[in-house]
Amino acid sequence: MDLAFTKEEIAFREEVRQFFRDNVPPETRRKLVEGRHLSKDEMITWWRILNKKGWGVSHWPKEYGGTGWSSVQHYIFNEELQSYPAPAPLAFGVSMVGPVIYTFGNEKQKKEYLPRIANVDDWWCQGFSEPGSGSDLASLKTKAERKGDKWIINGQKTWTTLAQHADMIFCLCRTDPTAKKQTGISFIVFSMKSKGVTVRPIQTIDGGHEVNEVFFDDVEVPYENLIGEENKGWDYAKFLLGNERTGIARVGVSKERIRRIKDLASKVESNGKPILLDPAFREKLAACEIELKALELTQLRVVADESKHGKGKPNPASSVLKIKGSEIQQTTTELLMEVIGPFAAPYDVHGDDGSNEAMEWTAQIAPSYFNNRKVSIYGGSNEIQRNIIAKAVLGL
Amino acid sequence: MDFDLSEEQRLLKDSVDGLLTDSYDFDARKKYMKEKGGWSKAVWSKLAEQGLLGLPFAEADGGFGAGGVETMIVMEALGKALVLEPYLATVVIAGGFLRHGGSDAQKAAHVPGIIDGSKTFAFAQLEKNSRYDLHDVTTTAKKKGDAYVIDGEKFVVLNGENADALIVTARTKGDRRDKSGVGVFLVPSDAKGITKKSYPTQDGLHAADITFTGVEVDGSAAIGNPEDGLALIERVVDDARGALCAEAVGLMDESLKETVEYIKTRKQFGVPIGTFQSLQHRASDMFVAVEQARSMSMFATMASEFEDAKERAKAIAAAKVQIGKSLKFVGQQSIQLHGGIGMTMEAKIGHYFKRLTMIENTFGDTDYHLRRVTDAGGLV
Repeated sequence: MDLAFTKEEIAFREEVRQFFRDNVPPETRRKLVEGRHLSKDEMITWWRILNKKGWGVSHWPKEYGGTGWSSVQHYIFNEELQSYPAPAPLAFGVSMVGPVIYTFGNEKQKKEYLPRIANVDDWWCQGFSEPGSGSDLASLKTKAERKGDKWIINGQKTWTTLAQHADMIFCLCRTDPTAKKQTGISFIVFSMKSKGVTVRPIQTIDGGHEVNEVFFDDVEVPYENLIGEENKGWDYAKFLLGNERTGIARVGVSKERIRRIKDLASKVESNGKPILLDPAFREKLAACEIELKALELTQLRVVADESKHGKGKPNPASSVLKIKGSEIQQTTTELLMEVIGPFAAPYDVHGDDGSNEAMEWTAQIAPSYFNNRKVSIYGGSNEIQRNIIAKAVLGL
Repeated sequence: MDFDLSEEQRLLKDSVDGLLTDSYDFDARKKYMKEKGGWSKAVWSKLAEQGLLGLPFAEADGGFGAGGVETMIVMEALGKALVLEPYLATVVIAGGFLRHGGSDAQKAAHVPGIIDGSKTFAFAQLEKNSRYDLHDVTTTAKKKGDAYVIDGEKFVVLNGENADALIVTARTKGDRRDKSGVGVFLVPSDAKGITKKSYPTQDGLHAADITFTGVEVDGSAAIGNPEDGLALIERVVDDARGALCAEAVGLMDESLKETVEYIKTRKQFGVPIGTFQSLQHRASDMFVAVEQARSMSMFATMASEFEDAKERAKAIAAAKVQIGKSLKFVGQQSIQLHGGIGMTMEAKIGHYFKRLTMIENTFGDTDYHLRRVTDAGGLV
């Protein structure tokens, strides 16, 4: 057992940190610190800077543009990215569809899509959830029927994150209605500009527009847009969802938010002195920091295990990451709410453009609190995570 | 970065697990509990034979020069088996005082007896009103020529009855809560002026309340600086806290295992109760609590070797907070999921719960350590 980072790893951390200092546009960083949404251009600008450096798709195999970093290096990179903070690469392209394409796609698909994912020439979105298929994803109904060299797609997806920006979608479609539910699904990709695709915004409780409903009405898609084999889509979906084991803890995000809590709490007064000096508040914050330290170490255990023994068999501790990671993220947003107290109330629906100077320091704190309720719901709700632990780890 | 055990550490783990599987089932434990002072001399000898009592001591002193990880391995195993023998008091605490503060002569006089199992120790520290503050000491050690005369009362001294010698904290100068002026003294158990009242504790161990009335020891009994021993005491107690974290992880591992086994086999409404989702989710939450505790026990183990005393203390305090929260949840829910049978002395699960509960209140509870982490400015 040795918990120290090597000299090389420490130097790597410094290199990454310095790169962020030199290259993340200050306005982008400021917006992230304040919990504001970024514009499409701001995100793409940053991702292309990252891609130019060769870090855009860091965890991909080298032949497709990856870095060949160790698990520990990936961990360091993510932690620094989250805590700087800088925008994370677009998960739908880089972490989700990219690995499915280089693992299961044909040569033509790899050539066509992978470089465009890396440079965000295409913005990808995810067509998985449907109104009737949330946790029970395999019950999905969107249908793709083969007609000659085309698929005809009909149905509806929902919770489609940032579909308003998207050029491409990867979509789970039912292609064999007679098969039992997991076996009749295929993984098909197509352009969001196709005729018959309609995107309708969903306004969430934070007042923002991140997610959408997407409707398919006789959308014609070339047959060759099928990834891998017909009716094997469920396997690819499971592969995709299992790919992201450690990033989900978002330790860096929570660290950054705790620094912000301390900063604001040293300025906001309660009982005539900074609320940071209030014993009850400080103990709550320290309790959260301890939980986060435990999570960080649990994550390091998983990372070190992967680094040494490969990614084959997931470390049982990895199931903890999603549950604790989301709970801690939510606690940090609660603590921010507590810091600003009555100034949580002003409703700044146009806050993203910074138009309301008067609310500069409180803007986005309440919306961020509301928005972060999602983290225990998406990516397999925490209740689903508990089912997974019960079955896969405890054998119940 | 590597969380795996080395080859030697794995061998150590296998050997201590093997020894306890052979000699420490639940029925054997009940017998050991009835022996004098509440534990088995035969088991203690076996621990000595396997070299476990000499692990942390330097090779020059006859030990193996092992580190915190080895202690963690042993304490986890002792927790799993609900071991009663005074490893913490003798090897971790008394051994710690000798290693970190003992003179060559003191080491030569006492370490061999620990290693060969012939001598055990007890730590007489707690006072009626000191609660968890190590510097809050009213017991006095007054200088008389070259000697010291100790007067005062100490409570809940684990292994107090059987110990051959006591490590006593006593004030050589200053007021009750002064941080300076506290010394550490090694006092033979049969010294004139010592009276003991022994009793079993809630978790099946044995302790004693000990009164010191004009107990005279010579100057060589002081370990470290008798007028400024707090840093040494904190150092050793931090090691003990780390060891307790590891013991608790062993106890929690077993509690979860027993509980999962129980809900897989206990049937109600015609099915194993482990098929009910509310129970599955509770068990999953217990798993999460155990893993978070394990991570922090590892953190405490690493921290015991930090050079900066403040960083060490903060890290170990943080670990004790996580352990305290986890053990309460895992302990209580183990009983809940066992239902009525969990309430009986006959079932093993309650004994895990009782030992876990006592660990929370040893050397600082969750609130105490949370305040220490808070006062130290947190971890981020």
